[in-house]
Amino acid sequence: MQLREMELDLVRILQKDARISTENIAKMLQVTTEEIEDAIEKLEKDNVLVRYSSVVDWSKVEGHEGVTAMIDVKVAPKRGVGFDEVAHRIYRYKEVKSVYLMSGAYDLSVTVEGRTMHEVATFVSEKLSTLDSVLSTTTHFQLKKYKHDGTIFGDHGEDKRIVVSP
Amino acid sequence: MKTKTSYISQSVKNLKPSGIRKFFDLAANMEGVISLGVGEPDFITSWTVREAAILSLEQGYTSYTANAGLLELREKIAAYMKEGYSVDYDPNDEIIVTVGASQALDISMRAIIDQGDEVIVVEPGFVSYVPLVQLAGGVAVTVGTKPENDFKVTAEELEAAITPRTKAVLLCSPNNPTGTVLERENLEELAEVIRKHDLVVLSDEIYSELAYDHRHVSIASLKDMRKRTLVINGFSKGFAMTGWRLGFICAPEEIASSLLKIHQYAMMCASTPAQHAAVEALDKGMDDVMEMKRSYRHRRHYFVDSLNEFGLTCHTPGGAFYAFPSIKKTGMSSEEFAEKLLMEEKVAVVPGNVFGKGGEGYIRCSYASSMEQLQEAVKRMKRFVENHS
Repeated sequence: MQLREMELDLVRILQKDARISTENIAKMLQVTTEEIEDAIEKLEKDNVLVRYSSVVDWSKVEGHEGVTAMIDVKVAPKRGVGFDEVAHRIYRYKEVKSVYLMSGAYDLSVTVEGRTMHEVATFVSEKLSTLDSVLSTTTHFQLKKYKHDGTIFGDHGEDKRIVVSP
Repeated sequence: MKTKTSYISQSVKNLKPSGIRKFFDLAANMEGVISLGVGEPDFITSWTVREAAILSLEQGYTSYTANAGLLELREKIAAYMKEGYSVDYDPNDEIIVTVGASQALDISMRAIIDQGDEVIVVEPGFVSYVPLVQLAGGVAVTVGTKPENDFKVTAEELEAAITPRTKAVLLCSPNNPTGTVLERENLEELAEVIRKHDLVVLSDEIYSELAYDHRHVSIASLKDMRKRTLVINGFSKGFAMTGWRLGFICAPEEIASSLLKIHQYAMMCASTPAQHAAVEALDKGMDDVMEMKRSYRHRRHYFVDSLNEFGLTCHTPGGAFYAFPSIKKTGMSSEEFAEKLLMEEKVAVVPGNVFGKGGEGYIRCSYASSMEQLQEAVKRMKRFVENHS
């Protein structure tokens, strides 16, 4: 789908800050608020703007630290549906946050989130590994999140400039 | 033995301290200030560029470079000037890498000014121009610009300031503090006057990467102008590298060789890791430059529109990252406005009068701040203007 320059700018602005008001976006892009509202509606309808989400650093919230694992999954593809069928079966579990078909040493990269390591391990051993097409799984637990979706965790973007300068 | 009355030279005694300094001192000790007083990008230098400097140090490049700078960097600058601004310079003897555009300005003045020569300086303009002319022994002849001309100097205004002692004209486009961009037709008109009176041009193009509505035009690219133009540029603004202190001058060989004489005695060369970083910036940093420019352009529209909405009339700046609104309707002087705004609403701006003739009645606001900061600044400034109208 070809986007207009204004639509591209709009998407970039929303990707950075989904909470910014349409009035302010309209000023930034020198168009009316109606044009922005129409463009957002169209982009949402076309599934370019799929969802507005917040990047949360759960490690800061007591009792909600959680565990994330990235699981390399080797799969036996099926005639006619390739990897799609097993991918569809995997991504429907609510524990699964992302599924990617990969090139290289394994086939699917699956991100799973749970409250404890035990919860994730149980999901992998009872649900994921037992699927017919799954040949093997290798589970990597994330130890620390440095950067997620372009956001650097723990970086408060402190302004190091002096207050007034030439 | 006769005692000296002062150890300080007369020329330094005659210099006025920068008006910006006063506001720095005021704002520096306050908590919670939103600063629109900064003359530098709010982006940090691209990581690939920073990493190149680290690698340079790791590899042990800790010695001097050639006086004119690394040949590799000069070659990149030559390609950059040709592709970006359509001017050909020989990297061997027409480009000098300097310690920021500030040093480039300094040695340019010293290379062309004889005692008493007049240099025309367009105002409002960068705070260093007049002092640098004076330090070089010249006389700065200032030409004020008008808001109704979008702060562009006209050919007539320029010509009226020329005397038999005029040696050079100093132009800055995009301009600090007004953000005004001199488009091709403006430059053509000015060039005609400059050629007619056989003047030298010092063209400060440090904001060339930040021209939003039209592609930046270097006056050196116009007919018969290259031979009389010193193009001053650098990495500070477009590449977000202010602290690296890296600039350059492009000039015809005769002028460049004179500049090099001063540069080699006064500075030897620019810092080596910074030069390696600049090579990377020109090689791989252009996408980041475009990204930063897009962000500034969005913020420019938001900020300037907001100022106009609550009554601080402001022309749309074509480049740099400054808005230069009029505060005349408040009845305050620009210093008074800036000081009260800082004290009452904790927003730091720079009073327009520090940039010379025609700056009184205006303030310089940098929109090189995050949208969150700008939105808060707009809220506070609106409240301030309403309270004082």
